[in-house]
Amino acid sequence: MENIATSASHLRSEDVNVWFGERHVLKNVSLNFPSNQVTALIGPSGCGKSTFLRTLNRMHELIPSAGFAGKVLLDGHDIYDHDVDPVDVRLNIGMVFQKPNPFPTMSIRENVLSGLKLTGRRGYNAAELVETSLRRASIWNEVKDRLNDPALSLSGGQQQRLCIARSLAMDPEVLLMDEPCSALDPGSTRRIEETITELSDSMTIVIVTHNMQQAQRVSHQTAFFLAEDGNPGRVVEFGKTDDVFNSPIDPRTNDYVNGHFG
Amino acid sequence: MSDIQDVTAEVPARRQLRTKPFSLADRLFYGITKSASSISVILVAAILLFLLSQSFATFQTQGFDFITGSQWNNAKGHEVFQIGPMLWGSVLISILGIIGGVPMAIAAAYFIEFMAPKPIAKVATVLVDLLAAMPSIVIGLWGLYVLTPVVAHWGSLLYGLHHVSMGPVNFDIPIFAMSDGSVPSTFSGSPFIAGWIVAVMIVPIITSVTREIFSQMDRDLINSALALGGSRSSVFMRVILPTASGGVTGGVLLGLGRALGETVAIFYVLNLVSDINWFNILQSKGGSVASLVLQKFGEGTPNEIKALMAAGLVLFVLTLLVNWLAAVIVNRAQPWRKI
Ligand SMILES: Nc1ncnc2c1ncn2[C@@H]1O[C@H](COP(=O)(O)OP(=O)(O)OP(=O)(O)O)[C@@H](O)[C@H]1O
Ligand SMILES: [Mg+2]
Repeated sequence: MENIATSASHLRSEDVNVWFGERHVLKNVSLNFPSNQVTALIGPSGCGKSTFLRTLNRMHELIPSAGFAGKVLLDGHDIYDHDVDPVDVRLNIGMVFQKPNPFPTMSIRENVLSGLKLTGRRGYNAAELVETSLRRASIWNEVKDRLNDPALSLSGGQQQRLCIARSLAMDPEVLLMDEPCSALDPGSTRRIEETITELSDSMTIVIVTHNMQQAQRVSHQTAFFLAEDGNPGRVVEFGKTDDVFNSPIDPRTNDYVNGHFG
Repeated sequence: MSDIQDVTAEVPARRQLRTKPFSLADRLFYGITKSASSISVILVAAILLFLLSQSFATFQTQGFDFITGSQWNNAKGHEVFQIGPMLWGSVLISILGIIGGVPMAIAAAYFIEFMAPKPIAKVATVLVDLLAAMPSIVIGLWGLYVLTPVVAHWGSLLYGLHHVSMGPVNFDIPIFAMSDGSVPSTFSGSPFIAGWIVAVMIVPIITSVTREIFSQMDRDLINSALALGGSRSSVFMRVILPTASGGVTGGVLLGLGRALGETVAIFYVLNLVSDINWFNILQSKGGSVASLVLQKFGEGTPNEIKALMAAGLVLFVLTLLVNWLAAVIVNRAQPWRKI
């Protein structure tokens, strides 16, 4: 029998390459994201972290000039297979964006349920789903008495946790986060880091971050991306977070994590 | 300096802050823009005053029936001037125009902003703007010589088909019926045709306002909806449209302001009849205040002309109200802009 709480999937990229028009921005990125692990993607600005993240749930192809080569395997199945509906991919692989962006016309409750509405789901217990999702995003206690307030009445940090709750309501197996704390204060950042740690019990998480301490606090493994002058970005180092930060193999990784460039 | 712990410390006197521009160039610029904006306010006020002075006599003799009644007679001694059917006609064809034009405009804006590749989007934008620059007499003639025959053709074809397959058309549906029980044949001169002309005329303005609103939307908002598994249509219906609705409504009202005052184009395609046509939209019988003015002004008697001025005033006030409402709605309903 499958236990919902531990049904996290295993994600893997094989030789992922990305182009925008003729410009080659990512080259042969092969990474393995085991279930229930948090993987941090780090690297200087413009090296292709966000782009890579978007290839993992097929958001990349929404950009008109986008090109792609390689494979992304979710539990062994290539999500880019021609008979796979990108919508199904995105249902399994949720995403949280850099800037908190709850739907402005909806209340807190409606935001949590927005994914179900958008996909035309029926037959769920709304009250229960709202509560569990908000609890998992550790924001329930702060909003339980004001679920019908507009989502924009929340603070930035609360809005971001609401956006996490919104993704969790769809019960994804993998959660992608692109610098989810970069617009937040230290307190909210800490809350979200705690949330990430709790969530990793039940899902696989990939997080892009510019914050080296954050990467060390939340992640099990780390990939260091680098795009050297004019060349496409690639993974320079990938391994256990401890190793990448404390005993990196590549000198460039050492320089980067110690703040010497980027 | 006072001690930072001392809450009772005196504050220094308030200083005069300079709110006007400082440099000569800035003052000049300020002056030019200020006088330009005053000129438009003065012009509007002057028009309003002129219309008021001209129409005073009419309101005195005709009373409130001027707006609600439906007679028009310029014979000396029997003068009655009432614009009820024209006023309602203006509203009716505006409603029809909105029903026809708004979906078209929103779809065009969506296509240009979210679907079309850049070069096509540019061409489409230019074409839509070109439509806005089209003289309304051209659109009127197009309505008369192109649209009307096409509608008549399809109308008789559909009625014929219906007759063959299901027997005579049952005109129990009020808006498709004729007030005299007859069977509609060509639809020419009907509010239906005029409504489509209005639709064509308001599509550009609604499209460009809507496109502007769409382009200001946070892309990540739309991307999050897609990332949640939304399809293009559900994202449009549940996220894009609700978020943009305030601005779009404003655009629609701006278009409506134009539709209400539309004169020449409507004059060509609508059969003006001084007998109110509530909702028989296929009947060759309608009204439009602006077209009434155009029709009667040339050879009007002095009192009739005053009545036409009064009609103009009513239209002017209506348009002003609609525009004001548009401004209020556009300004208020853009919550996503707050950040
Ligand atoms: N929509 C796009 N069209 C064209 N080029 C793009 C697009 N998005 C990103 N790029 C290019 O792809 C490269 C990688 O960008 P990406 O946003 O993935 O970097 P990043 O590592 O996330 O940077 P940051 O840390 O600043 O967020 C950059 O050189 C960028 O200019
Ligand atoms: Mg990025």
